[in-house]
Amino acid sequence: MTDSSPTIASALFDWNSPRMRGRFVARHKADRRLQIYGLTAIGTAVLLIAILIGSLVASGYHSFVQTHVSFEVFVDPSKVSADAPEKGNYRNIVRDSFTAAFPDATSPRDKRALTDILTADAPYIIRDRVVADPSLIGRRFEITMPVSDPFDQFEKGVIPRDVPEEQRKVSDKQIVWFDALVAQDRITTPFNTGLFLNADSRFPELAGLAGAIVGSFYALLVCFLISFPVGIAAAVYLEEFARKGRWSDILEVNINNLAAVPSVVFGLLGLAVFLNFFGMPRSTPLVGGMVLSLMTLPTIIIATRAALKAVPPSIREAALGIGASKHQVILHHVLPLAMPGILTGTIIGMAQALGETAPLLLIGMNAFITSPPGGVLESATALPTQIFIWADSPERGFVARTSAAILVLIGFLIAMNLVAVVMRKRFERRW
Amino acid sequence: MSDATQIAASAPAPVATAESPQPTAVAPGTGAAAIKILARDVNVFYGDKHALKHVDLDINEHQVTALIGPSGCGKSTFLRCLNRMNDVIDGCRVVGSIKLDKADIYDTSLDVVQLRARVGMVFQKPNPFPKSIYDNVAYGPRIHGIAHNKADLDEIVHRSLERAGLIKEVHDRLDSPGTGLSGGQQQRLCIARAIAVNPEVILMDEPCSALDPIATARIEELIDELRENFTIVIVTHSMQQAARVSQRTAFFHLGDLVEVGDTEQIFTNPKDGRTQGYITGRFG
Repeated sequence: MTDSSPTIASALFDWNSPRMRGRFVARHKADRRLQIYGLTAIGTAVLLIAILIGSLVASGYHSFVQTHVSFEVFVDPSKVSADAPEKGNYRNIVRDSFTAAFPDATSPRDKRALTDILTADAPYIIRDRVVADPSLIGRRFEITMPVSDPFDQFEKGVIPRDVPEEQRKVSDKQIVWFDALVAQDRITTPFNTGLFLNADSRFPELAGLAGAIVGSFYALLVCFLISFPVGIAAAVYLEEFARKGRWSDILEVNINNLAAVPSVVFGLLGLAVFLNFFGMPRSTPLVGGMVLSLMTLPTIIIATRAALKAVPPSIREAALGIGASKHQVILHHVLPLAMPGILTGTIIGMAQALGETAPLLLIGMNAFITSPPGGVLESATALPTQIFIWADSPERGFVARTSAAILVLIGFLIAMNLVAVVMRKRFERRW
Repeated sequence: MSDATQIAASAPAPVATAESPQPTAVAPGTGAAAIKILARDVNVFYGDKHALKHVDLDINEHQVTALIGPSGCGKSTFLRCLNRMNDVIDGCRVVGSIKLDKADIYDTSLDVVQLRARVGMVFQKPNPFPKSIYDNVAYGPRIHGIAHNKADLDEIVHRSLERAGLIKEVHDRLDSPGTGLSGGQQQRLCIARAIAVNPEVILMDEPCSALDPIATARIEELIDELRENFTIVIVTHSMQQAARVSQRTAFFHLGDLVEVGDTEQIFTNPKDGRTQGYITGRFG
């Protein structure tokens, strides 16, 4: 305290000493370093996602358009009878109508090569039109249909012209005809509605995701109907009723374990129990949803418990203090206040379930099914298993479709997570 | 049961606390009041911790009883025994007898839901439900099924808000959220919510500790008015508040009930050295 000489203590508190200045500089540097580590991490993550999405878009974008050809069909009455329009010789009708515009293709071989430009399903497409409207028999009408996969790829430039003929699926002769069609403005590349409206097909130009989307929807519906009420009920019991003790600890550890079990194990369980023991129908969204709900359940339970814990005790006390019974406290106050958190957790759980592949493979949801399921008891595929099937197919068209399907799946996932984020922001309550 | 009648029969006589080393004199005047709550040898344990030790305390009808003492002395714990709010705390055990109008509230035949309707509570921090002002007050009558129709319910809500001194401020916005009111208004809303089920006793756990002095003064005025119709037990850290609003004061220290008596006597002529030390500000 005296002003004669600074004591040791006050020397230690000399903020302007070189030692102190050095420390300040070092501390600020450390702050900046920590910030840079974070930025680097985020940059890496963003870069990886950009590479993923970028490569998918690069390989999948042209599946969002589909090459179509239009030509005039003559439904020769000698080949179709009005009494049984579904039994006509549509193969000949297609060949004769399509080759009529190319008088140079005379040999059967040339005609076949020319007809190969059309999708292999062309006779059935025309048959369906005629069956729907038998008055077309004996008349001429314009029809637009997809070209076959090699020509779709050719039009999109995936199959280049400059490779030797024997190394491509499109012959030089066919290229001349195709160029003639282009010159006649008969080739169009509209948005590929078939990708969303068609179910799976052997032919890439006709294969779509409708079956997989509907199958995934039904599976998620079953999954939601099981895991949402069961998850909430379990969480409410654990959080509000169960006595804290050894048993509740064991239960908690096991629920957390359940969340960490690899999904393929749940698939095996579904195969062994649901399909083999209970004899439920295989490949169906019902069983798929049940297996997925096993995976979603722990996510929902954990999220719900966290949301219930976050409800401030003052609200419970307020309700208890005027004589609300336990169920009234829970149903009137705690659950409504926890609901945004619960729904967020549920949506994230559902998004996980949507992308889950392994359990669905084991219960047979990777079957080849050419029509969307009409209900939860009909065989179906799901989006991730459809991707799995297409990725396994050798045709060029399926490479692009696989990427397109992944983009569609990621689109759904982003949409679901966005809803979760928006809901959390919207209903978040602060005390 | 016979024990209960015996104690009840002797109730009008002044009851001294057993724990205090010196016998606590009960000032004249209190003896005339009827005893609403009779606590005998109340012990509370949190796990192994003996939080409240052998407390004997009477709460008189239509009086304000203040519980004072330093933090952790057990006054809130005792308050929460009176409507069994301690039941919801894990590991909390209450031993002893607490009788509300001669019936043991810890008896298994007594419904805790009904008890809490008879013994209402107002908390330290205003805790209105995140609902409208109307729904906040109507909640109690609704869950107990008191009102037969909308008109009855409207009347209960209006009367409760009136008795809580809030009606003038909120009569034109009963549909706006209760959480949008100021702190003092929220606390009066909580009081209105508590009195909407017409309880006999209102427990208040430091009701003014989160409020500014003006809001505190309004609540204190209100407590004085409510005394006419309700029996009030209030826990407070403010000795001035205890002196202003209460007729009887009980001083707790380290889980013991040190001294209980008329507020005037406690503040002017405390019998126990610890009480004297606390009210003169030497500790606590």
